[in-house]
Amino acid sequence: MGYMLRRFGFYLVAFWVSITLNFFLPRFMPGDPVSRMVARLQGQIRPDQIEALRESFGLSDAPLWEQYLRYLGQIFTGNLGFSISRFPTPVIDVISSVIGWTFLLGFVSLIIAVVIGNLLGILAAWRRGGVLDSFVPPLLIFIGSFPYFWLAMGLLYLFGVTLGWFPLRHAYAVGTIPEFSLAFLGDVAYHLILPATSIVLVSVGGWMLGMRNTMIATNAEDYIVMAEAKGLRANRVMMQYAARNALLPSVTAFGMSLGFVVGGALLTEVVFAYPGIGYTLLAAVQNLDYPLMQGLFLTITTAVLIANFLVDIVYVRLDPRVRVS
Amino acid sequence: MSLAQDPRAMAELELGTPPGPDGQVAAAPPPRLRRGGGGLLRGLLGNAKATSGLVILILFVLMAVFAPILAPGDPTLIQGIGSQPPSAEHWLGTTAKGQDVLALNVWGSRSSLFVGFTVGILATFVGLLVGLASAYLGRTIDNVLSLVTNVFLLLPGLPLLVILAAFLPQGLGTVVLVLVITGWAGSARVLRSQAMSIRGKDFVAASQVTGESGLRIMFREMLPNMASIVMSTFLACVIFGIGAQAGLEFLGLGDISTVSWGTNLYWASNDGALLTGAWWVFVPPGVCIALVAFALALVNYGVDETTNPRLRRPRRRTTPDAPTPVAARTRKELAR
Repeated sequence: MGYMLRRFGFYLVAFWVSITLNFFLPRFMPGDPVSRMVARLQGQIRPDQIEALRESFGLSDAPLWEQYLRYLGQIFTGNLGFSISRFPTPVIDVISSVIGWTFLLGFVSLIIAVVIGNLLGILAAWRRGGVLDSFVPPLLIFIGSFPYFWLAMGLLYLFGVTLGWFPLRHAYAVGTIPEFSLAFLGDVAYHLILPATSIVLVSVGGWMLGMRNTMIATNAEDYIVMAEAKGLRANRVMMQYAARNALLPSVTAFGMSLGFVVGGALLTEVVFAYPGIGYTLLAAVQNLDYPLMQGLFLTITTAVLIANFLVDIVYVRLDPRVRVS
Repeated sequence: MSLAQDPRAMAELELGTPPGPDGQVAAAPPPRLRRGGGGLLRGLLGNAKATSGLVILILFVLMAVFAPILAPGDPTLIQGIGSQPPSAEHWLGTTAKGQDVLALNVWGSRSSLFVGFTVGILATFVGLLVGLASAYLGRTIDNVLSLVTNVFLLLPGLPLLVILAAFLPQGLGTVVLVLVITGWAGSARVLRSQAMSIRGKDFVAASQVTGESGLRIMFREMLPNMASIVMSTFLACVIFGIGAQAGLEFLGLGDISTVSWGTNLYWASNDGALLTGAWWVFVPPGVCIALVAFALALVNYGVDETTNPRLRRPRRRTTPDAPTPVAARTRKELAR
C-alpha cells in the first residue's frame, strides 16, 4: 500500500510538472503568440475574448502567481480555452472529437505488434541458432532502423499510389457520415490497414528482441531443467514455464507503449492524414493555435501518466518483489 | 527468482568488468582496467556485427567530410528539368524543383550526422553527470535527480519536441537543444543504475579513504569502469538524435533552410513526390537514415555481445532436447 501511495505521489508530481511546463512555455518564449493569433482572427473575435486570450498567455497585468493559480483552477474544471483555428469551438471539444481515431490506430497496432513480437521472441530463444533466431532479428533490426514515417511513406506509395489497393488518406471515405453500420466499420478497417502495418513493422523487432533476450536468461533457470526432467512436453515447458516468467519486462514495456499510444503515432498520422491527436497537433502548430496545442499536450501527458499508473498496479500483482523493495 | 538471478541485474554487474565475483573487481587497480578497455576494442574488432557497423559508419562520415568534392556547388541550385527519374546525368534523378537528388543527400549527411552526434554527445554527457552525481552523492540529491529523470522519461518525447520547436525560433541550435532536452533522461537512468553498482565496490570506498576529491572519484575511478555502457548509451542517443531530427524536419519544424535528410523528406512530401510517383526523391534520404541507424545498432549489439557473454551466439545449433542454458549455467558455476 505504501508503495502504491509513493507511486501515486510521483505521478502527481509529474502531472504538476507538465501543467507547469504548459503554463510557463508560452510565457518565456520569444515572440508574441497573442498578436499573431488575433491577426488570424481579424473580425471574428470580440474585445473581451482578446482580453481573455491575452490573460491566458500571460500578457495580463496580474502577478504571475495569480495567473498560475487561475490557470490551475481552469484545468481542473476542464476549461482549456477555445481553439483559434476552429474558432469558437472549445479546445476540449476538438480533442474529444479526434482522440478516438488515435486510440483505434494506436491500440490495434500495439496489440498486433506485441502478440507477434513476443511469439517470435519466444520461438527464437527456444531454438537458439535456428532459422528464426539467425535471420529474423537482423532483418527486423534493419527494418526498425528506418524512420517510421518514412516506412509509412513507402507503404503509402507502394500499396496506395502505385497498386491502388488501399486508400491514400483519412480514416474513412470522404462523404460518408460516421455511423455504426457494418459498411462504415468495414471502411474504417480498410483505412486502418496501411497505417497500422507501418507501425507494426517498425515496432515488432523491439518486442521480439526484448522477449528473446529475457527468454534466454529464463531458459537457464533450474525450474526449466526440472520441468524437462519431469518429462513435460516441450511446448508446455516453453509456454507455461519459460515464456510466462520471461513476460515480466514485456509487461513494463507494454505499459510504457500504452502511454505513448496517444502521442506516439504522430508522424504516421501526418503521413496518412489520419484525423487523430498527432495530426491535429501538427495542424495546431502550423495554424499557431496555441490553446489547442497546449490542450493536446496536456491530454497526451495525462494519458501517459494514467497508463503508467495502471501498469504499476498490475505489476504489483504480477511481481511480488516490488511490494517488498 | 532472487535479484542475484535476475538476468538484467547480472548483466549490469558484468558489463565493462571482467566476469568474476565482486571481490576480484574490487582488487583491480586502474592499470588492469585500462587493459579491460583495450580488450573491449579488440573484442569489437573481432565481432562481425560491430566491424560491419563501423565500416558503414566510416563510409558515411567520409561522404559528409568530402561532400564539396563529391558534389561540388550548392546542392539547392536548380540543375535541370524537374521530376526526372535516375539517369546517367543525375544518378538519383531530380526533385520537382529540378535539384539533383544525389547532391542533396550527400550534403544532407553533413547536417544529419552533425546533429546526430552532437545530440549524442550532449545527451550522454548530461545523462552521465546526472547519473554519476546521483549514484555518488546519494540520499537527497539522488532522490531529487531520480525524480527529475523519471518525470522527463514520462513526458511524451515527440509531442514535447513539436511543442518546444513551435515556441522556439527556428534554427539548428534549437533542434539540438530540443533533442537534448527530450533525450537525456533515458541515458541518465541507465548510467545511474550502472554507477550505483560501481559505487558499492570497495575501490570507491578506498579512494574516499585516501582523500580523493568527489569529482576525481566520479570521473577517474568510476567513469572508466562504465566505459562500455557509456558507449552503448551514446550510440543509442545518436540513433535517437538522427531519427528525431529527421522527424522534426519532416514536419517542417526544424530549420527548413538547411539541407539534411529530414528536410529532403519534408520537401519531397511537400512537392507531392509520393503522389506523382517520384520514388527516387523520397527513397534515398530514408535509406541513408536507416543505414546509419542500422550501423550504429550493429556496433551497439557488438558492444553488448563482447561485454555480456550470455548474448554471444552458441557455437552449434541447439535443440530443445539439449538446451544451451544448462551448459551456460554450468560454465558460469565453474567460473565461480
